[in-house]
Amino acid sequence: MRRNIMDLMLLLGDEAIAQGAMDAGLSGVYAYPGTPSTEITEYIQRSKQAKEKKVHSEWSVNEKTAMEEALGMSYAGKRAMVCMKHVGLNVAADAFVNSAITGANGGLLVVVADDPSMHSSQNEQDSRYYGKFAMIPVLEPSDQQEAYDMAYNGFELSEKYETPVLLRITTRLAHSRGAVYRKDLLEENILKLPENMTQYVLLPAIARIQYKKLIDKQQEINTSSEGSAYNYFFDAPDKQRGVIACGITINYLRELYDHGEAPYPVLKIGQYPAPVDKVKMMIGSCAEVLLLEEGYPFLEEMLNTPYMPQAKIKGRLSGDLPRTGELNPDLIAQALGMELSPTRAPSILVKGRPPSMCAGCTHIEVYNELNAALIQYGKGRVFSDIGCYTLGALPPYNAINSCVDMGASITMAKGAADAGLKPAVAVIGDSTFTHSGMTGLMDAIYENSPITIIISDNRTTAMTGGQTSLATGKLDEVCIGLGVGPDHVHTFEPSPKNRQEVINIIEKELAYEGLSVIIPVRECVQTAKKHKKQNIKKEVAS
Amino acid sequence: MKMDIILAGVGGQGILSVAAAIGYAAINEGLHIKQAEVHGMSQRGGVVQSHFRISDQPIYSELIPLGKADMILSLEPMEALRYLPYLGETGWLISNEKPMVNIVDYPDADALYTSIRQVENHVLLDTDKLARKVGTAKASNMALLGAASAHLPLKEKSLEKGIRQLFKAKGEKIMEMNINAFIAGRSLALEKDAV
Repeated sequence: MRRNIMDLMLLLGDEAIAQGAMDAGLSGVYAYPGTPSTEITEYIQRSKQAKEKKVHSEWSVNEKTAMEEALGMSYAGKRAMVCMKHVGLNVAADAFVNSAITGANGGLLVVVADDPSMHSSQNEQDSRYYGKFAMIPVLEPSDQQEAYDMAYNGFELSEKYETPVLLRITTRLAHSRGAVYRKDLLEENILKLPENMTQYVLLPAIARIQYKKLIDKQQEINTSSEGSAYNYFFDAPDKQRGVIACGITINYLRELYDHGEAPYPVLKIGQYPAPVDKVKMMIGSCAEVLLLEEGYPFLEEMLNTPYMPQAKIKGRLSGDLPRTGELNPDLIAQALGMELSPTRAPSILVKGRPPSMCAGCTHIEVYNELNAALIQYGKGRVFSDIGCYTLGALPPYNAINSCVDMGASITMAKGAADAGLKPAVAVIGDSTFTHSGMTGLMDAIYENSPITIIISDNRTTAMTGGQTSLATGKLDEVCIGLGVGPDHVHTFEPSPKNRQEVINIIEKELAYEGLSVIIPVRECVQTAKKHKKQNIKKEVAS
Repeated sequence: MKMDIILAGVGGQGILSVAAAIGYAAINEGLHIKQAEVHGMSQRGGVVQSHFRISDQPIYSELIPLGKADMILSLEPMEALRYLPYLGETGWLISNEKPMVNIVDYPDADALYTSIRQVENHVLLDTDKLARKVGTAKASNMALLGAASAHLPLKEKSLEKGIRQLFKAKGEKIMEMNINAFIAGRSLALEKDAV
């Protein structure tokens, strides 16, 4: 391929995916922000190319609605991408798994960013299992160029096999910058309904037919992996060992050798199901095989099961590599028995510096008020959620007792109240409330559960960098509209000036034997700073 | 030629801008780069670090192996020491000396300076003060880059051009302030070297 330095772009893995998808004729991206996937959608939102082509890029309320919107766009024949962090796929799972049964019309690319080492997540689940579960092709890039290429080619793969394609990345690639060369720009698909007008109607009678079709496609999908340009083999003379390197791990392996050439045969995997013949050949020809995988021992578990143990398979399960956390060149060097470079001793002076809420953050005010109102009841009754306010778990606040998944604050508080814990409190943010809090609120409304819900509205999706929050400023109307008694909905701006007044409101609602919603509203200090700057610029311009 | 740098600091100090300026400069010189960034939760006053790799050959790993970094470039003295096991035998430790105290158990600053000075190749200077002199403490990150520039495999002119590319959108005044901070950092570090 002709490569001109002028075509070179320096992109994050996330941005490379966005650019690849746009160049492949993307008509819409759907997403809810979530580290480390957020920058994919943000890149498209900022892109001139996307604006000119009118590519859809508004945020969705959660990952499930995003997945369904993308499926609808694919139904209409256009190329659609949906992006989320790994735990977002749990939220979208119903739509995701069933989209494999309906099949895709226009190319449908599901991009999921896993977070091994839990840099900013509550688990390190491995999305490759979801791909296998749904029985669709899974792509896993090793660098920014492959991230671009896979997004670009992923639509074609999706249209060829008429299934969604899962593109799995990890934090390290999502947030690393490297060189990317672009391919030719493709036109968008034209609006075109599916030829089979019933394939999306998953009534049992039709679903059985569709499911059979999906099963019948598996042979072709396997063949595609076997011949995939993303799965390749480097032969080498020393067969004492072979290495199978999935995704980004190939870079850590090559780092250890001059010119990136290991003395052992190496199989690099970037498309799943892992190519059966190539994997068998590695196992057959090498005395032992080391498996390098980010996330869970996905492939290793298939090759070395407790029921049929294979001692020659080494990896995270065998203990040669750590069972949890992200890999790096040093861990792989150790597993290969290589000598490590001498290192300096870590400094004993260095202390941890955990993230904390910003000075002036509205959540701090809210927690101080809530803690004061709860003194008479004691600790252990505050269920919280996912956002900056989760940092209220840390000292000096020690204000919350749970953070599990998006929306769980309201429903866990309700369950605890059902068990007899009174009062029970939920603390949730504005964006998390619209993401998954409203449905749980309906349960509490129906039973008039004796819980006090605090929706700490900072007017943005703050934790991921200040994206649009879909119902900020009208959450009282939403709650009253859903059926919360208007007398027990309170909206105000919290500040040190009205602190006692706010504590009184909270105390009163904690004592109330029914459902109440308290909505303190004050803009996030980070977005406020940004807005101030923008306003100054505007004034200067006018 | 290869140069592996650990960039360190605290959320909000502008470590990723330093990375971007070096990135532009390296690309302008036709070099390969790879850069791993930290986004998300770590930005809330927490630790921010970036692995930045420059080479005239293809680069494989996003992450620098332990004991292999050629430089630690830090906007904060305790953060400079956090990555000591990454620093190679002959590597440079270059740090701003102004502590960012946002934790209760922050160590004694003089003890930090003593540790930094134990690294044979080190530069320790108050880049906040330098930047304030040329206009704004916010440009402390570019003063630090200036201080490091003599030890980077990049031409002074390409770094200046990189800084201009980075701040172009923010207007002439901010761009010049950052260039001046860079020059001030470079001059002071060269003076110190000469002593």
